[in-house]
Amino acid sequence: MKITLFIPCFVNTCFPQAGISMVQIFERLGHTVDYREQVVCCGQPAFNSGYWDEARLVDERTLGLLADTDAVVSASGSCGAMLKVFYPQLFDGRPQADAARALAAKCFEFSDFLVTKLGVTDLGARFPGKVTFHDGCHGLRELGVKSQPRKLLEKVRDLELVEMKEAESCCGFGGTFAAKFPMISTAMGEVKCASALETGADFIVSNDSSCLMQIAGLLDRQGRKVRTLHIAEVLASR
Amino acid sequence: MNTPVEQFREDATRVAADEQHRRLIQGALGKYYVARDRQVGRFQDWQSARQAAAETKWEAVNHLDQHLVSFAEKLEARGGKVFWANNSAEARDYILKICREKKARCIVKSKAMTAEEIHLNAALEKDGYEVVESDLGEYIVQLRKEAPYHFVFPAMHLSRGDIRELFDREIGNVKSDNPEDLTMVARRVLRKKYCEADIGISGANFAIAETGMISITENEGNARLTTSLPRVHIAVMGIEKVLPRLEDLALFLPMLGTAGAGQAITCYNSMIGGPRQPGECDGPEEFHVVLLDNHRTRLLADPEQRDALHCIRCGACLNVCPIFKNIGGHSYGTTYQGPIGSVITPHFRGLQDWKHLSNASSLCGACTSACPVKIDIHHHLLHNRRNAATQKPRWWEKLAYKIAAGVLNWPEFYAFATAVGRVMQKFHPLVKGSVLDPARAWTKTRELPQVAPQSFRDYWRARERKP
Amino acid sequence: MSAKNEILGRIREALREPAPVPGHHGDHGKAQLHASAEFSQWLPAVGEDLASQLDLFAKNSADLKTEFHLLASREEFAPRLRELAQQNNWKRVATHSGALTDMAVPAIGLPTLKTDAGYEVNAMEQCDAGITECDALVAQTGSILITSRSAGGRALSVLPPHHVVLVTRAQMVPDLAAAYVVVREKHGDKFPSFISFITGPSRTGDIERILVLGAHGPKRLTVFCC
Ligand code: SF4
Repeated sequence: MKITLFIPCFVNTCFPQAGISMVQIFERLGHTVDYREQVVCCGQPAFNSGYWDEARLVDERTLGLLADTDAVVSASGSCGAMLKVFYPQLFDGRPQADAARALAAKCFEFSDFLVTKLGVTDLGARFPGKVTFHDGCHGLRELGVKSQPRKLLEKVRDLELVEMKEAESCCGFGGTFAAKFPMISTAMGEVKCASALETGADFIVSNDSSCLMQIAGLLDRQGRKVRTLHIAEVLASR
Repeated sequence: MNTPVEQFREDATRVAADEQHRRLIQGALGKYYVARDRQVGRFQDWQSARQAAAETKWEAVNHLDQHLVSFAEKLEARGGKVFWANNSAEARDYILKICREKKARCIVKSKAMTAEEIHLNAALEKDGYEVVESDLGEYIVQLRKEAPYHFVFPAMHLSRGDIRELFDREIGNVKSDNPEDLTMVARRVLRKKYCEADIGISGANFAIAETGMISITENEGNARLTTSLPRVHIAVMGIEKVLPRLEDLALFLPMLGTAGAGQAITCYNSMIGGPRQPGECDGPEEFHVVLLDNHRTRLLADPEQRDALHCIRCGACLNVCPIFKNIGGHSYGTTYQGPIGSVITPHFRGLQDWKHLSNASSLCGACTSACPVKIDIHHHLLHNRRNAATQKPRWWEKLAYKIAAGVLNWPEFYAFATAVGRVMQKFHPLVKGSVLDPARAWTKTRELPQVAPQSFRDYWRARERKP
Repeated sequence: MSAKNEILGRIREALREPAPVPGHHGDHGKAQLHASAEFSQWLPAVGEDLASQLDLFAKNSADLKTEFHLLASREEFAPRLRELAQQNNWKRVATHSGALTDMAVPAIGLPTLKTDAGYEVNAMEQCDAGITECDALVAQTGSILITSRSAGGRALSVLPPHHVVLVTRAQMVPDLAAAYVVVREKHGDKFPSFISFITGPSRTGDIERILVLGAHGPKRLTVFCC
């Protein structure tokens, strides 16, 4: 199968390892990986701020660039939700409505794609360490991704998975929200981090790098040793 | 005077940093989660029940005119009086008129958010009536002269110590801070009031179109006393509260109890279909229902968000909302707090003045998953944002997104900008956290991620160049 | 124009544009009014036979702090009531006339206020217990269905600090939907002005979400079922 990666802007610039790991995993499974460097952003900041016309400036292009793909797999649950859930709303009643629905149908969050679409859970990975998993809200509630990453992590050799109490609580990132209401965002992040730290885990793993940016930002400032990793990085390690 | 958004920022920022508040709310809600999960677990199929409840509400709200007419006719046939109020002022005036006519002195109230909405207490007190809130939580916040903190748990922000102090000051001689002792102090004071009061005012959780009854859900028994003992009972309810059939309550009462407080069903669910009927030994001589529009029809006229009128005010969306838990109920500055309040307040009180509530959300969607009637709460926050930006765009924000679109649609320039960012970041420590820091909103409490030495795009290009 | 017509006019105007049904993303979907018979497949499970319903009611009662006692026959009402009165040192009780109450309450031998022909509120407030009948017990929720006709008015079951219910096994119903059937069968569309499901003694969690019984209504609820 030809798998087209959707690498969001912040993964491209700050967390490329997540994308690189996805390439490795899919190639090991014998699939062809495709990446279109013209596709840069899902348009979520403008969309979430209410500027749908401006979001469409970006998204019309993205829609066109991804039209002739077989499957689009997103490195971030949030951007995945944008393509899958919000594009159809954004283009509802417009000429691109059909294209948006078509893209939605073939677009997947990474862990969901592995488990539901490819039907694999054991990737032969080995990762020695105590891990706690953070459910990115968009992946969890817009896309229904909850068991998939856990199924994958359970199969990783030497990995100990410990659930935190607040696994499903929002980390407080929320895109532009983090900058518009920094104190609320920070308080939410503190609750999240405290819950993660309570587990004694060495790694906080998630399917959303944007959440990890928030969590790592707070933990680093607090001088904590816990590391954050995208789930693909864990699954690619041997 | 502060504008709503300024006040919100000030209050939210203060409470978000208040660790004691955080502990108190987490403690209280921790008990709620355990109870709710247990009750949801007892359902054979909670999700199907939600869907059925949502469809029942859809039917009710989308044929609201018919259901209201039927409700009013049935109730009037049994001697109830129905007053239709376009807005708060009409509702208040009607209630004041009854109080004057009945020469009332003491008025006892059970919990009614609609009464908060129309600022009824202030109006009654201004005219010299004594008004006593009888719900324990409401009584506490009334003594503190503050608004309810949460529309189901009005005094959730207070510790037992706070309440002991309050009672000691306002009632006198209260030494124990044991919740049971404190509850009994209030019980003693309020018992006298029920027996004395001339008029009882309540809200309503549901109204039944088919039978002309209202239904009141409560735990304490204060609403039962309020609606049993005084000579006159006035219920104030929003027009959206109507359900088609009596039997619908067989679904809604367990769902409200479960979602609202983790109870299989709330302690008292009372259906009232008129004043005292012939052959009955007690109950009020007069029963008035005030049907309140107060901008609900404005929300009704927006099909995209019409389902916000399905709300049964269970409070579940507040209880799971990370924003609510961190900024507290008072920061909202609204009658209806939390996610549903952020959705509906702009419709009731003006989009431009209240859009900040829709912006102050990470859109995590916990509210929507918790809602027993499946209101698309967090997507409506997005809709409010879109409507606000379309109605009155901020020129600089619009421009910024236009420019951003230009950059994002020009990958070569974007790659160049990334490279510049990589270099600039080296100098960031010089200004980090200071007023000169462009990322100050972030860096005040958080570290910025580093631009990677090799972007994914660079990695891909290098890879493709390899034979 | 009257406010009524103004409001109805605005509603009708607003409803000209249809709204999507929740849970049907994309298409507008269809809403259905579900028959109450359907609810039982989603709500908590209830057994079909009386024995399992009595069991469930007893289990729910224990959770709710309702004191539920199964008696062998109606002859036991009187002695059990007398016992309760002595244990709790009752001085005065309130009740209403009914087949079960008439049989049992006089045996307590205490001054008794009867609500049937009206009563003085302060006198009822002085009573130690309100003893009533009811229309049904609901197994699913552990609730007691009363109306202003079956239970001596509105206040008798909520004003005194101890509410005692006398009921027969035959009055057990599986769920709330069945309880409404009981009300309809009894009254047709001449509904009593007040119908209530009582589920445990009065309670509050308004202080730190800690459960306290007897907020404003009865601190204790005793059910004698024969
Ligand atoms: S919006 Fe839903 S969850 Fe929130 S109070 Fe209303 S019914 Fe409850």
